Amino acid sequence: MWRDAALVAGKDLRIEARSKVALSQVAPFGVVALGLFAFALGPDRAPMVSGAPGLFWVAVLFSTVLAIQRSVSVESADGARDGLRLSGLDPAGLFLGKALAVAAQLVVLELVLTVGVVLLYGAAVKTVWLIAVACLLGTVGLAAAGTLYGALSAGIRVRETLLPFLLLPVVTPILLAGTRIWQAGLAGGTPSDATPWLHLLLAFDAVYLAVGVVVYGPIQEAT
Amino acid sequence: MAPAAPPTPALSLRDVVALSGRFPLLAGVDLEVGTGEVVLVEGPNGAGKTSLLRVAAGLVPVTSGRLTVLGLDPERYRTAVRRRVGMLAHASHLYDDLNVRENVRFAVRAAGADPGRIGPACERLGLTGRLLRTSAAKLSAGQRRRVALAVLVARAPDLWLLDEPHAGLDASARTLLDELIGEAVATGATVVVASHEPELLEPLADRSVTVSGGRVTGERSIRSPVADVPVPVRAVGSAAPASGPPVERVGSAEPAAGPPEGVGSAAPAAGPPEGVGSAEPAAGPPVERVAHVA
Repeated sequence: MWRDAALVAGKDLRIEARSKVALSQVAPFGVVALGLFAFALGPDRAPMVSGAPGLFWVAVLFSTVLAIQRSVSVESADGARDGLRLSGLDPAGLFLGKALAVAAQLVVLELVLTVGVVLLYGAAVKTVWLIAVACLLGTVGLAAAGTLYGALSAGIRVRETLLPFLLLPVVTPILLAGTRIWQAGLAGGTPSDATPWLHLLLAFDAVYLAVGVVVYGPIQEAT
Repeated sequence: MAPAAPPTPALSLRDVVALSGRFPLLAGVDLEVGTGEVVLVEGPNGAGKTSLLRVAAGLVPVTSGRLTVLGLDPERYRTAVRRRVGMLAHASHLYDDLNVRENVRFAVRAAGADPGRIGPACERLGLTGRLLRTSAAKLSAGQRRRVALAVLVARAPDLWLLDEPHAGLDASARTLLDELIGEAVATGATVVVASHEPELLEPLADRSVTVSGGRVTGERSIRSPVADVPVPVRAVGSAAPASGPPVERVGSAEPAAGPPEGVGSAAPAAGPPEGVGSAEPAAGPPVERVAHVA
């Protein structure tokens, strides 16, 4: 399983390194979204700083949809998905590999957006490690849930519109927990302030990783 | 001393029905392919040739009937079966952003095959020098086909499923493909090949089966003097066992349910005229299939 996961993740990251879709399209989209939120909130710094955690995660969620759609579309061209099925790869390894590649791209995206939040909104990060842990756990959950729902929508002609409709409501816990932890991180809060939300993120990650490992294969065969 | 058990067929379909939604892709196919055999699958557009290969590859689930691939149930032993089956399909299964070498390497490693065979396979298919570093997006249709063939050669599967393998290939590549098929069979592999150009493959094939309306409607021996035979066709959903008597519509020109293009066409199937398309029911018990082992 791990060998297959590494193989698939390596392949997807190599494709990203060549096409640079995440770097040249997804990340700029996230920055543009942050900029638009800043315009909507007006010139006052206070509402921007207080809204920064939520706006960061909304921008991450929207960008995640694009990253997942790209991950799915890579397998849609030239019957590549059939090629993967025919190769006899372990479906669990395939799921973990696809999710790992998406997660790697999201980490870069979140770094870019964090810098954007600091520069555009004037937010000061006081507890860096809390912000980092929130991003890490949120990334794992988004990549796992996104890869799973991406596979569900893969065989459908209207997947571009169906995927956000399926995925965004499901990842609401990440938006909620991520925002609360970020608020604690920006305010210089203690770990105890964020503990319940960290637990929520951990539970979300565990559930979607476990479900993905179990059902990704049957979903692939059925779609 | 007990008599030796008959060899396990490389591919066996018994009254196999496969659906895409409610649309019948295969409507009760009976086919047995012996190990080392080369079987040519003929038939008009939409007859079910590609569906037959996709079912054999485990890409389309069997709705009813029994399918064994290399002696295994592909539903139960999915990974084990797929690693021993190679398919050359209409699509090349290539990633446009990867170059030729990367595509072949990924496909071969994903299938758990020996990466040491990648170099010789690419060389054999003429994928050398700069071509190896060319991204798949820049390849012609024929070159993409060569890459897909290189993957197949490097994987060296036990069962080769080839769908219109000559399509898009130039004369030299067609000759090479024929050589590769011959070499694969010589090493014990089994080949099932669907083609609109049977004349190109007949020199390699042991047997030809005709598919029409999602059923095998006829078969003929190519390498042995056994006479061509019509195949008894059962009604879809018939509970009759595979070895039972023919029920109806032997060689019937009656259209099959469903497919708008080709499948169910009243046009006679391409290939052997004997038996196929005849309205005359077959007399007597079902004719035993001719199976050759090369």
